[in-house]
Amino acid sequence: MPIQTMLGREIHVDDEGFLTEFDEWDEDLGAELAKQIDVTMTDRHWEVIRFLRADFQDRGETATTRRVDSVGGFPVKEQFALFPKKPAKKMAYVAGLPKPHGCV
Amino acid sequence: MRRLVILGAGTAGTIAANKMRKRLSRSEWDMTIVEQAPLHDYQPGYLFLAFGGQKPRQIRKPVERLLPKGVTLVRGSVAELKRDDKTVVLEDGATLPYDYLVIATGVSPRPDQTPGMDGSLWKDSIHSFYTFESALDLEAKLDGWEGGRLVVHVTEMPIKCPVAPLEFAFLADSFFKRRKMRDKVSITYVTPLPGAFTKPVAASTLGDMLGDRGIEVESDFMVERIDEDARSLVSYDEREVPFDLLVTVPLNMGADFVGRSGLGDELNLVEVDRETLLSRDDSIFAIGDATNVPTSKAGAVAHFQMDLLPDIFLDHIAGKEAEKRFDGHAMCFVESGGGKGLLLDFNYEVEPLPGSFPLPVLGPLRLLKESRLNHWGKLLFRYAYWILLLPGRYIPMSAHLSLRGKRRPKTTPTPSERTDHAYSDHART
Repeated sequence: MPIQTMLGREIHVDDEGFLTEFDEWDEDLGAELAKQIDVTMTDRHWEVIRFLRADFQDRGETATTRRVDSVGGFPVKEQFALFPKKPAKKMAYVAGLPKPHGCV
Repeated sequence: MRRLVILGAGTAGTIAANKMRKRLSRSEWDMTIVEQAPLHDYQPGYLFLAFGGQKPRQIRKPVERLLPKGVTLVRGSVAELKRDDKTVVLEDGATLPYDYLVIATGVSPRPDQTPGMDGSLWKDSIHSFYTFESALDLEAKLDGWEGGRLVVHVTEMPIKCPVAPLEFAFLADSFFKRRKMRDKVSITYVTPLPGAFTKPVAASTLGDMLGDRGIEVESDFMVERIDEDARSLVSYDEREVPFDLLVTVPLNMGADFVGRSGLGDELNLVEVDRETLLSRDDSIFAIGDATNVPTSKAGAVAHFQMDLLPDIFLDHIAGKEAEKRFDGHAMCFVESGGGKGLLLDFNYEVEPLPGSFPLPVLGPLRLLKESRLNHWGKLLFRYAYWILLLPGRYIPMSAHLSLRGKRRPKTTPTPSERTDHAYSDHART
């Protein structure tokens, strides 16, 4: 697995730059990751990210947009507004989680 | 007497009934299977039905004829699982106590979940082919259709048989060419995925095949609603795709009782251990399309799972760690039109790759490449399904994926080569 340096630390990422180690993430790093994809974080963005982190810790997999809506309570429309174009991927990227397996 | 109850007599449930009956002694185990439908459908046949290529009687058989002796068939549908009492409650109020339960109730298309889908346009200019009836309706529609904008659409993943909508697009191209009206039809493929398929090597092959046939692809399209007046699909990011004929794969959801049982996820899919298929209730397993395991929802998957489940089950009730484990193995024939087809073979870890199957070089089937033999393989598979697969007879295919005969194309970057251009160019656009 490749290693990237961000905020002066070494982090483990996959081939598309998604963090692979849950514990290497903190909110400072999340803010830096958001900057990489031109997302300006607001309180509402952080609420979504905190839901994703907690849900991943529970279930061991990244929530889909549907789950972020039905379980997290963030309507899909709002997810598109907060993380334009590809919310599922962008939310996972900022939250330091694996890309949700879009299934097969 | 111990009681094993199987819910659902589709592909997974029927194989389970046949295989488990052979392994559980009749003097110790009572087996029951619950199914509402009187007929069992060979579901890959729906696609051919829509284009008039197969007759209804070739793809349906009475449920009871496919079950072994020593398994009681109970007609009904499940209303509720009372897990504390280990009892299944049916819609008519009947109750079935169990010691162990296997959930095989699959997924169903739910057009009601997308605003505008099952309204005034349903069965008029919006069609599907995911049930027997809808495939017949679509056959009649296609037969009389004069042309226009055909949109083939996937609402949301996961769906049963993820290649079926692609096959539909390929076969539609071939169908309209045969009818000498391809120039009157534009075909657009609309998908929530970033490309034609999820896995890179197959996505690129299948994407090229769409392009070669003049089929436009609208990707990353998450449908919010259907505008009935404008006859168009509207996405959450406000893109619109107008249609004259929409052939959609509606949202696929598991059974409602799964949602209420506390064992399901937001799509009512049973959350199971992906290697042992045990749910979080240690007397309940789930198999086939009903689970949330990250592999294709397909008959082949149910078959491979059922090669392993009897052993996993016996280990589990003996209190032992499961020796056999499911690796996500999936295999599918993809019809590409004009009497040709492709074969995909993959699992949790290995994406579909080109090569030959089942033997290296000799094949005779070619992986991820169009050939006539693959098409015949698909047609012959219908016989194998009724005669070998459902009864749980021996089929010379391994439940686990084999890498023999497969090769990774040189032009495709391996994961380690892909690292440089990291995330940015993937998600920024």
